[in-house]
Amino acid sequence: MKCRTIEHTADIGIEVEAGSLEELFAGAATGMFSLIVDPATVLPGTPRDVALEAGDLEELMFKWLNELLYLLGAEGLLLSRIRVHRIEGLRIVASVWGEPADPGRHQALEEIKAATYHDMRVEHREDGWFARVIFDV
Amino acid sequence: MEGLKRVSEYKWEMPIGFKPGMRVPGTIFADEELVELAGRDRALEQVANVALLPGIVFRSLAMPDIHWGYGFPIGGVAAFGGDGVVSPGGVGFDISCGVRLVKTNLTEGDVLPGLADLLAAMAANVPRGLGTRGRIHSPEAVLRNVFTGGAKAVVGMGFGREGDLEHAERGGVYENADPDAVSARAYERGKDQLGTLGSGNHFLEVQVVEKVFRGEVAREFGLFEGQVTVMIHSGSRGVGHQICTDYLQVMDRVVKRTGIELPDRQLACAPLGSQEAVEYMGAMACAGNYAVSNRQALMHWVRRAFERHFNSPERRLGMDLLFDVSHNIARMETHEVEGRRLEVCVHRKGATASFPAGHPEVPAAYALTGQPVIIPGDMGTNSYVLVGSHEAMKESFGSTCHGAGRTMSRSKAKKTIDGAELRARLKSRGILVVAGRDALLAEEAPEAYKDVTRVVDVCEGAGLSRKVAMLRPMGVIKG
Repeated sequence: MKCRTIEHTADIGIEVEAGSLEELFAGAATGMFSLIVDPATVLPGTPRDVALEAGDLEELMFKWLNELLYLLGAEGLLLSRIRVHRIEGLRIVASVWGEPADPGRHQALEEIKAATYHDMRVEHREDGWFARVIFDV
Repeated sequence: MEGLKRVSEYKWEMPIGFKPGMRVPGTIFADEELVELAGRDRALEQVANVALLPGIVFRSLAMPDIHWGYGFPIGGVAAFGGDGVVSPGGVGFDISCGVRLVKTNLTEGDVLPGLADLLAAMAANVPRGLGTRGRIHSPEAVLRNVFTGGAKAVVGMGFGREGDLEHAERGGVYENADPDAVSARAYERGKDQLGTLGSGNHFLEVQVVEKVFRGEVAREFGLFEGQVTVMIHSGSRGVGHQICTDYLQVMDRVVKRTGIELPDRQLACAPLGSQEAVEYMGAMACAGNYAVSNRQALMHWVRRAFERHFNSPERRLGMDLLFDVSHNIARMETHEVEGRRLEVCVHRKGATASFPAGHPEVPAAYALTGQPVIIPGDMGTNSYVLVGSHEAMKESFGSTCHGAGRTMSRSKAKKTIDGAELRARLKSRGILVVAGRDALLAEEAPEAYKDVTRVVDVCEGAGLSRKVAMLRPMGVIKG
């Protein structure tokens, strides 16, 4: 799995390449959280299960990343470990590990407001899966 | 600029042929340098994309601080008629993000000696950064009041006083808010965030009025050279983010069902008057009310910090609100479009209302001058107070710019600008900065933004607003 940050004038994006769809979604989530906080400072606590369904892969990516941002927004949950168990059809089943944000130990790198649909890609290419997501910062 | 036609010194036309399917032409208010900057990324394509949306009237407009956003460009203004749409992508995730300016009767000399302590007192009162909770816990019953009552509701809770509401757009309340159109998730995210600053480009700033351009208007506004002011820039926090996320999915289904063709999925929209559009606008108004309430609560804590620091009641310090403006919002407004009076849904995404004297939405306090328009500069540069104009009603649905507008990406800013060096540089210019991390500071460096003075000068040249006063920063608390 490869993840890199891409340039956008006002906001920030990531591009992810992975061998499987599961790795791609896990990679996008870890890529997003590494924009928010240094993952090395976040302890993987009790796992949380996440299961979501969508009408197409882009919508699944939109719902998946915004679901994790909801956990951060509502419960202050920072994530450092993501495992996508399976993506079957347009349903994702995953477990995520992390801990509540502690201003004493966690330094915010970036506040991500949301994952947007703008310029989003989730597609199969010759050498594997590719995703691009632009975040509202 | 390729593909654009210059029609006057500060106005460029984007012809319908710029992109196939455009329903109306575009107009970019800019000088040569700003239009060239807009052409460097995908902002112009976004102006064209907005012109593809159903029911757009007049033109797809771009203010001089235009830059590449998601969906609409930042600095984009568009209005839709009866057969038109409302789009969450034309408002953004930070619904009703905006600015308010608090006056004082203090001068620079009164504030400068203890400035670091004053900033520390303000910072201690205002939670910001990751995982912080506000001081006001708002369970569902309280949130319902805030969602419908806006700043009026929080003033009723003791966070403000009479006089505050008369100095905000629409008395600090968005009409037609529907708390039942807000998801349980948005309630959950909103319960502890009232009175929190957020991060990114949000800030609290202690400033001094450096220069007055229009003495008569400044007098009406209660501004004078040497006067200390406080600017508050924040939005609707998680409530707005969640409502936008929720309704993008709703609109996405509407687009699929109705077969509206879109150049960008982030522009998902619903026909005005449809159930989805009515619910979104009801929820958006709730987020708008939350944002104004948030700025009201922030102002309350700023006043408390001043009271403690100066050991004097805030009223005696003259801490009256000048005005509160939103720069991310869609609203139903009446405008004259090509000779006809129309009820239109005006989207302002990174643009500020600029209503003139006599406009029915301008509060009584400013009926003779036009509304104050508050333009935050980027960190370390000047901010401006402008006044609304009659030309804006003809040219831009009563809109003007909202700030400097970024020109350098955040990652490039972090790579090329040293945060610690920037902090020292600002300090050497007499500007104190309170910020969590130097890297975050670097992202908001002045060189990552367009020149705000050029932006407001172009607005003045194009007639969209007029300069009243320039405010110089003394101390900044970054979100």
